[in-house]
Amino acid sequence: MSQHSDDGADELRKVTRDFLAKKCPETTVRELMDTKGGVDREVWTQAAAQLGIAGLLVPEDLGGSGAGMVQLGVVFEEAGRALWCAPLLSTCALATCAVLCAADRAVHAELLPAIAAGAVVAALAWNGVRPSLGSLQARRRGEQWVVDGTSGYVVDGGTAEQLLVCAGVNDRLDLFVVGSGTGTPVAGLERNGLVTMDSTRRLAQLNFHATPARRIATNVGESLDRALDRAEALLAAEQLGGATRVLEMAVDYAQARIQFGRPIGSFQAIKHKLAEMLMAVELARASVEHALVTAETEPALLPVALSHARAVASETYVRVAGDNVQVHGGIGFTWDHPAHLYLKRAKSSQLMLGSPKWHRSRLADLLGIPGDTAAAGGRR
Amino acid sequence: MSADQRAVLAGAIDEFLDRNPVAALTDLAFRECRFDAGLAFVSFRPGCGGLGLDPALQPFVEERFLAAGAPDTRMRNIVGLGLAAPTLHAHGDAEQLKLLRPLYSGEHVWCQLFSEPGAGSDLASLATRAQDVGDDYVVNGQKVWTSYGHVARWGLLLARTDPEQPKHDGLTYFVLDMRTPGVEVRGLRQMTGESGFNEVFLTDVRVPKASVLGSPGLGWRIAMTTLMNERIAPAGRPAAMGEGPIAEAIATYERAVHGGAADAADRDRLMRLWGGVEAARLMSRRASAGPLGSIVKLQLAETVRAVYEYCLDLEGPSALLIDDYTDHHPDVVTPLGGGHPGKAYLRAIANSIEGGTSEVLKNVLAERVLGLPGEPRSDRDVPWSRIRRS
Repeated sequence: MSQHSDDGADELRKVTRDFLAKKCPETTVRELMDTKGGVDREVWTQAAAQLGIAGLLVPEDLGGSGAGMVQLGVVFEEAGRALWCAPLLSTCALATCAVLCAADRAVHAELLPAIAAGAVVAALAWNGVRPSLGSLQARRRGEQWVVDGTSGYVVDGGTAEQLLVCAGVNDRLDLFVVGSGTGTPVAGLERNGLVTMDSTRRLAQLNFHATPARRIATNVGESLDRALDRAEALLAAEQLGGATRVLEMAVDYAQARIQFGRPIGSFQAIKHKLAEMLMAVELARASVEHALVTAETEPALLPVALSHARAVASETYVRVAGDNVQVHGGIGFTWDHPAHLYLKRAKSSQLMLGSPKWHRSRLADLLGIPGDTAAAGGRR
Repeated sequence: MSADQRAVLAGAIDEFLDRNPVAALTDLAFRECRFDAGLAFVSFRPGCGGLGLDPALQPFVEERFLAAGAPDTRMRNIVGLGLAAPTLHAHGDAEQLKLLRPLYSGEHVWCQLFSEPGAGSDLASLATRAQDVGDDYVVNGQKVWTSYGHVARWGLLLARTDPEQPKHDGLTYFVLDMRTPGVEVRGLRQMTGESGFNEVFLTDVRVPKASVLGSPGLGWRIAMTTLMNERIAPAGRPAAMGEGPIAEAIATYERAVHGGAADAADRDRLMRLWGGVEAARLMSRRASAGPLGSIVKLQLAETVRAVYEYCLDLEGPSALLIDDYTDHHPDVVTPLGGGHPGKAYLRAIANSIEGGTSEVLKNVLAERVLGLPGEPRSDRDVPWSRIRRS
């Protein structure tokens, strides 16, 4: 139902959908849910090699295509539809955007080619919704930097060969690389894989104890804020893809399921619920596509466009994923039906990075809408 | 739309403005010139106020004229511009097409005579009769919710010419001269206290056969042209972010903050409303027509009401008051409120009823976009005269 007809984007959508239909059907999703790493690295490398997925933001001379946010948004949408178990969010959104926004050209040249080739999974660790001073701290030990502290919910943090760590140095934030990119164990790094509600996306708690690190950028507070705006715009696209998919599932079921001698989709109680789901999904689509285009064309306006889009996409996906279960009735509550996989993805994606409430509050700040007076001792 | 068309059009508008400076002409004369230059409805045929261009270029044209200082007078005759014009353009004969120029200039205001007390969502069940008496039809019946009825020179009339046909088949579409004897317009007072709409009583109104739009019996098909346009948000300058009712909500919130009467929950609720309005605005830039276009209408009906409710909630005890309930009969319709917040709230209640109820529009979305089965219909293929009606 997308109205976007950028050539390239439609073609990319088609090849990505075909690829994921072959490589990541529901049976594969369920198999990967039970593995330790949760992703199929071989398929990831194929996706990078055959479709260029991992290099869509990476400049051409560094092994990518430099295609941009709108194109990568299409891939995230398709990944969201398929619940693709891949290091897309960690590597292509969070880590790639962090490197591109915060580091200089030499660091790009060092880190991005391996990412574009699908050879390295990278994860980004920081404190706070947006990078802020927290337990992650870096200090010099002789010639070398070391990192101490904890980052709680790092996407693909359990398996990434390359860790980007945003740590405090005195009162500012610098960006460090931990790990060689080859996967050899790192001294002083403890990775605790977490049991997640959404089994299709892995999170880890990372504990750093004087972990050797290499500094790649300084004073990155603002640049990582921009990076996370871009990463969240891509996550919003993933949410849109999932929301679109559950709407289709609900519509298909409402056509096929007969009760009282009629398809349940002929009853207005169901029909109107589906129409409301369609409304929510299409309003989210307009918002998300606007954010992706804004990221390319007017980056200064991205914070407003993104916070709006993420709040809308998050709430929409959770709502329609829940409605999809309801339309399916009892079968939708079973483990063997995929409805719960989407519901769990929806709820988790809503709460990770900036929640809708966080984004609305930020939006109000960005628009210059004053804070409440109650907090400042107002009389209500 | 091509960048070429846009550039050519921009040139034509600039040239037009050089020849016809906004300040040098009355609004009426200026609009007549615009019509003659094909810069009124750019998608219409040449000679009908257009240049045969992509309709998506219309907002661009409006924006350009507004920027040049031309006043925005759409709401003075929105039924004419939004509904009558596309219908006349699609179905009118040579004589009827001549009505387009005074319609556009503002000389003639138009109204729509469709809904009846017994035919709301089920418009095709309408009962106003038009009887063939030779050279004329004689029309009897009652229409309702007629915006602009009291100022209109012309009306778009849908009436039943054959009660023995199924309900959609026996209808005929007329262009009615509102000055014809037997047309009586009365204000219909609504919950705001104002008479923003009218009732129109038609008693032995003689309508010449030349007033039939299209052919007798094809009224429903032509009415579809009108209704498709009704579900499109009124064209004009596209809204900017944060404009309209939400700006009133922000101002209300800020006053409450100053008065120490707002909290974090009020701020979050404000931003939810802001997001609802912004999503509709972004959606309207992608899909203004067709069934998907009704998403914007549905969303705004719900959100604008909630926006004004928010204004009242934050207003404090003064929200217990209203400016007044004196009966006015305004010449201009303002469906999205404005003015006193209590009035705006009350007016917004109608947004989910007028122009297609939210329930009917959801059926349209479900059936036409999602492909779900239609409602069971007990009146299909039954002569209208034998259908149960209230």
